[in-house]
Amino acid sequence: MDFGSFRAVDGCSFSVAKGSITGLVGPNGAGKTTVFNMIAGALRPSGGRIAYRGEDITALAPDRRFHKGAVRTFQIPHEFHHLSVIENLMVVAPAQPGETLLSNWFSRARVRKAEAETSRRAWEALEFLELTHVAHQRAGQISGGQKKLLELGRTIMTDAELVLLDEPAAGVNRTLLRKLEEKIEYLNRERGYTFILIEHDMEMIERLCEPVICMAEGKVLIEGSFQTVRSDPRVLEAYLGERQGAAT
Amino acid sequence: MDMHSFINFFLLPGIVQGSIYALGAIGITLVFAIMRYGHFAHGDLATFGAFIALAFTTVLGLSPYAALPLAVLATGVFAVALDRLFYAHLRAMPKIITTIASFGVALMLRSFVQVVWGVNTTSYTRGITRPENWFGIRVKSHEIVTLLVAIALVVALHLFLTRNKWGKAMRAMSDNPELALFSGVDNGKVIALTWIIAGGLCAASGFFLGLNTELKSLMGWNILLPTFAAAILGGVGRIEGAIVGGLIVGIAEELSVLVIPGEYKVMSAFGILLLVLLFRPTGLFRGKVL
Repeated sequence: MDFGSFRAVDGCSFSVAKGSITGLVGPNGAGKTTVFNMIAGALRPSGGRIAYRGEDITALAPDRRFHKGAVRTFQIPHEFHHLSVIENLMVVAPAQPGETLLSNWFSRARVRKAEAETSRRAWEALEFLELTHVAHQRAGQISGGQKKLLELGRTIMTDAELVLLDEPAAGVNRTLLRKLEEKIEYLNRERGYTFILIEHDMEMIERLCEPVICMAEGKVLIEGSFQTVRSDPRVLEAYLGERQGAAT
Repeated sequence: MDMHSFINFFLLPGIVQGSIYALGAIGITLVFAIMRYGHFAHGDLATFGAFIALAFTTVLGLSPYAALPLAVLATGVFAVALDRLFYAHLRAMPKIITTIASFGVALMLRSFVQVVWGVNTTSYTRGITRPENWFGIRVKSHEIVTLLVAIALVVALHLFLTRNKWGKAMRAMSDNPELALFSGVDNGKVIALTWIIAGGLCAASGFFLGLNTELKSLMGWNILLPTFAAAILGGVGRIEGAIVGGLIVGIAEELSVLVIPGEYKVMSAFGILLLVLLFRPTGLFRGKVL
């Protein structure tokens, strides 16, 4: 992936097993977010290909990837801040009959039934995320940590298969972070969600992720269990720079 | 001045003119809410739409009212083409560049109208329309049609935005374009749809301006300022704001002739714009998103 003359990601290749929680780590500037943006469709790679469930999605627009079950969250949480928390969840549920004028007028019973079902699912998601007390607050007014949970709620409403989590621990207090981890584990274990997780919090990576992929200078440095990655000298070099002896 | 005179000479013409501004202001507000720039070719797009309707009446022999829906559709499609040709490749650049580009597009559109239809004034119908007299209220048939069509278009747009998948997608993109994109909204389609609606409303605005006054190549340019004033007064990005803003500016313009010469009545739009920007820059409805 090139930005002008700068190559942010170069010859990076890895695969993610269905049902896994894969951690993507590396020092700042390693190319993690660029890889994420390419998987989500925000950036079109200059070369190479991205496959999802065996299908080449390199040229697919982000909205089409979403409809295929690949959902991303953001490092700085995004929400429809003029809608309430519950509306933020209800609005992302796909294929609602109430979204067409004709159904609104001629199939009102069907629209009401579907809306009740969407509402039930949204409340279920809020209960699961322990956010029912802010359900009717404007999403723009809730705390940063609650917004992170709300982002997770969006993935629940869409029945996502692959969830790309961009630094979920950033700016979240330790108590809320444990809750967030529990939710991620639950969704992975009980609902079979596959997660790719960019994170600088190594405790969170250790607790959740298997395997862990470490990137540096746009390339995959090493892939394996957390212990394997942590004990690899190349990883230490990537984070701390070259050793004094090697440099002289 | 008695009540009938006030209604006949100030209030009614103000409401009709205000409805015309409102139709244009809704387009400006939609473009701003979705694409985040001021579209200064809007007035000349209205002129283009008005003359397209004239072309349908002269070439196909249609009545002006039959030509209106065709002109609305044609101008909507034309607005999409303008976007693809001139604005699409500027999307990632600072918005001020697109705003300046829209001035260029305005000049092109005006020149096109002048080359094809000339610079002289013309009209959809010949002769004098006598007003109907209802209990002392004197109203012309085309004024009633202007009001009814404006109301119908606004209601249709409201239903579309609130009860339709693409309307919801437009509101989502207006609120948070990046999140909308990653929530399954096709931003390209939403932009095309915005231009179809804004262009269509623009044509309706130009058509009714031509129907109530006369057609000339500068007509759209002349209403650009009051239309922007209406959008800003209501709160840019708010549909209901554009309607209220349009009506206030229209009525204020008509009332202003009580204190200033009629030739200068557009000054009242300047005055309103200045006051809003000074004291409530977000507008009456605190605009930003749909």
